[in-house]
Amino acid sequence: MKPNMASLLASTGVVTCALAVVALGIAAAGYDLSGAARAAVEGAVGSPFAVLSATLKRTAPFLMLGLAVAVAFRAGVLNIGAEGQFLAGAAAACAVGLFATPVLGRATLLLEIAAGMVAGACWAGIAALLKRRFAVAEVVSTLLLNFVAANVVAYLVRGPLQEPTGAYPQSSMLEPIARLPLLIDGQRLHAGFPIALILALATWWFFRSTAAGFRFRMTGSGRAAAASAGLINVNAVQMHALIASGAIAGLAGACEITGVTYVLYEGLSPGYGYTAIAVAMLGGLHPLAIVASATLFGALGAGADAMQRNAGVPAGFAVVAAALVVLGVLAIPRTLRLLRPAWPGRP
Amino acid sequence: MTAGGVALDLRGIHKRFGDTIALDGASLSVASGTLHALLGENGAGKTTLLDVAAGLTRPDGGALTINAQPVRGHTPADARSAGLSAVHQHFSLVPAMTVAENVALSSPGLFRTFSASDAAERVRAIATAAGFRIDPSALVANLPVAAQQRVEIIKALASDPAVLMLDEPTAALSPSEAADLFVWLRAFVDRGRTVVFITHRIREAMQNADVVTVLRSGRTVMTSAVRDTDESSVLTAILGEAPIRLHGTPTRNLGSAAAMTPVLVLRNSTVIDAGGVTRLSPLSLAVHAGEVLGVAGIDGGAQHALLRVLAGRRRPDSGTAELPTTIGFVPEDRLHDSIIAELSLVENLALRGAGKRHGRIRWSDLTNATRQAIRGFGVQARDEYAPASSLSGGNQQKFVLARELADSPAAFVAENPTRGLDVRAASDVLERIRSARDRGAAVVVYSSDLDELLSIADRIVVCFGSSVHETPLDAAVIGRAMVGAR
Repeated sequence: MKPNMASLLASTGVVTCALAVVALGIAAAGYDLSGAARAAVEGAVGSPFAVLSATLKRTAPFLMLGLAVAVAFRAGVLNIGAEGQFLAGAAAACAVGLFATPVLGRATLLLEIAAGMVAGACWAGIAALLKRRFAVAEVVSTLLLNFVAANVVAYLVRGPLQEPTGAYPQSSMLEPIARLPLLIDGQRLHAGFPIALILALATWWFFRSTAAGFRFRMTGSGRAAAASAGLINVNAVQMHALIASGAIAGLAGACEITGVTYVLYEGLSPGYGYTAIAVAMLGGLHPLAIVASATLFGALGAGADAMQRNAGVPAGFAVVAAALVVLGVLAIPRTLRLLRPAWPGRP
Repeated sequence: MTAGGVALDLRGIHKRFGDTIALDGASLSVASGTLHALLGENGAGKTTLLDVAAGLTRPDGGALTINAQPVRGHTPADARSAGLSAVHQHFSLVPAMTVAENVALSSPGLFRTFSASDAAERVRAIATAAGFRIDPSALVANLPVAAQQRVEIIKALASDPAVLMLDEPTAALSPSEAADLFVWLRAFVDRGRTVVFITHRIREAMQNADVVTVLRSGRTVMTSAVRDTDESSVLTAILGEAPIRLHGTPTRNLGSAAAMTPVLVLRNSTVIDAGGVTRLSPLSLAVHAGEVLGVAGIDGGAQHALLRVLAGRRRPDSGTAELPTTIGFVPEDRLHDSIIAELSLVENLALRGAGKRHGRIRWSDLTNATRQAIRGFGVQARDEYAPASSLSGGNQQKFVLARELADSPAAFVAENPTRGLDVRAASDVLERIRSARDRGAAVVVYSSDLDELLSIADRIVVCFGSSVHETPLDAAVIGRAMVGAR
C-alpha cells in the first residue's frame, strides 16, 4: 500500500475543515473554545490513560465494524446493518456467557466469541436470504433489521436475560473468567483491540492474496464483467460477503460485551454500526487504512466525552464532526481519497 | 452540395492527456450542407476532436467556430446553443427509464411542462421526422443496441441542431439499418443541415460522404472531396504507409483429421429469456476443431443467445450443450462484460478464470503473463499496471483477445470482435482469430460486417428471429436469409 501524498493531504484537509467547522459551532454556541479543545485533546491523547482506556478502547469496535462494512462494500453489497449484527453478536455472546460459564469455565470465552460471530452471520443471513429469494435490496433489509435487533435486545433484557432481581432492564454481569482479559493493569484496553488489529491484517491479506478475496473485489468493481469474463458466481459471492460482514460485526459485539460492558443493556451501541460506515469510507475501504480512520474516530469519541465531562460542551458536537468528515470524503474526487487502495497488480 | 458557409471549423487544436498527445494541431473544416466523414486509426484523435467540438473536452490550444461564431465556452451547453449536437459511440442512457424520459433527461429546456404524455408525443414527433420507428414508452433496458442508438440520435435531434456529429454511428447497426441511417443523414443534409460522422469503414465513407478528412497521430493529414479521391488513397492516408490488405482470404483447413472432431455440440438447445420470450428455438449444431463458424444476423436475432450458449456463459433452458472446459469469449460490449475499466491490466487478466481459482493468487505469475500478453499482441499500454480505461478501444480489444487466447482454449467465441477498431487493428484481430483456428480451436465469430464475416468463416449460419439456419458462403443468399427471405 502506497499512500499517495495528494490523497493524504486531501483527507487531512477534510478532517481539519470538519474540526474547524465544529470549533466555530462550539464558539458560536457560547462555550469556552480553548477550554473545550484542551479537554478534548487531553481526553483523547493527553495521558496513557486517555490513549489506552479511552481512545484505543473505542477504536476496537470502530475497527472491527469498519472492516465488516468494508468487506461487504468491496463486494458491492451495501450492508447498512452492522449495527444490528453487532447487537445480535453481543446478545448471543451474553446469553452463552450467562448460561455456559458454570459448565465450561474458561472455555466459555471461546464459545462466546463463536456465538457472537454466528449470531451476526445469521442476522446478516436473513438479509442475504431475502436478497436471494425475493430480490429485496440489502440496503433496506439490513437497515430495518437494525431496529428489529434493538427491539430484540430490549425484550431480552426485560425477559429471558434480565438480571435476577428484575429491577433493571439489563442482564447479570458476566463472570470474570468469561471476560476478555485486560491488556494492562489499571487500564481498560482489552484483548479485543489486538484481535481487531489481527483481523485488519487478515482482511488485507484476504483481499490482496486470495482467490476468494479477488472474487469479492471483482464482483464489487464490475459485476457483469466478473460474471461473464471471470465466470464468477456473483450472486453467491455477494451472499458470502454479506454473511462474512455480519460475522465480523457479530464478533465486534461479542468483544464489546466480554471486554467492556460485561452486561447487556439497551443502549449498548451508541450507533457504532452507523459510524462504522464513515470509518470504512474515510479508510477508502482498505483494511489497513481503516486502522488509521478507526483510531481517528476512537480519539474523536474519547475527546468528545472528555469535553462534555470537563468543559460542559455536549458530546453531540463529535457526531457533527463525524458527519462532516463523511460528507467531506464524499466530496473529494475518488482519485484523491485517503490511502487510495493499492492492491497487487497496481503500481 | 450547397455552397454555403463553413458550418464547423476547428483550427490547430491541441490536446494532451497526461503523457499522451491526443491532438497535435488537428484541423477540421466542414462546409454547411455537407456530409463529412472523419477517418483515422484508433488513437488518431477522432473522438477527442469530436469531444472538443461538442464541448466535452477543453482543448489546450486552437480555435473553434460553429456557424461562423467563435465558441469560447467549452461545455456541452455552449456547443448545443451554438447549434451542434453529438451522438457518442458509448451510449449514456438510463436503462430503467423509458425512451421519452431519457430524451427529456438530456434536454430539460424542451420539456419544461414535463408530463409523460407530452414527452412521448414530442419524442414521437422527433422520431417520425427522423424516420425512426420507436416506442417512446419502451424501457431502454429492453431495447436492442441499434434501437438504443436511435434513442441517442433522437436525444441529439431534440435541440434541433444545425450540425450533427456522430461517433461511429454504424458500428452497432446491421447493413440495412446502416443504409437506412445514411438515407436519413442525406435527407438531413439536404435540408441544409451539416453532418460529421466518424467511421472506420472506408467504403462507408466513400459511398456516403461528400468530403472525407483523415486524422493520423493527432494531425489532419488529408481533406478531400470524395469524388477527387479513391479508397486506396484514403487508406494510405490513414496508415501512412503502403496499405495492407483489407480482408484476408480464408485458408480452409477442411480435410485434416482435426476438422472432423466436434468441439462445441448443441442438441435441441433453446434459450428463453426472463420475460418468457424465446430467444433461441431448438437448435442442434456442431462446431468442429479447426473451423470458423460465422454467425450472421440482424440486431435482435438469436445470435446473442446462441453465442452465449456456445461460450458456456448461459445454460440452455432445454436441450444440452456439450462444451470444453475452457472457452475464450470476446463479448461485444467490452466495457460492460469483458473488462473493468478502473482496474489494472494485471487485475483484468486475472479476471479470466477467477471463478475457478483456489487458494492464494500468484501475482508475480499474473504480472508476467500480462507483460507477455501486452508484448505478444502488441497492446499499447504504459505498463501492465495501467488501468484498462487508459487504453484506446482497439488496444483494449487486443488485450481482451490476448487474455482469452492465452491458454490456447479448445474453443473461442467472438462477438463483433472488430467493432470500433481501425483497419489495422481489425486486420490484426482477424489474423489472431485465424491463427487460433489454424492451431485447431473451434471458432465461432459473429460479425455485423458481412464482408468481414465472409473473409474469415468456413461455414455460415444465419440467425433470423429465434431460428438459426446454415447457408452457403454467398453474400446474396446470406443477405436474403438475414431478412427472413429464403
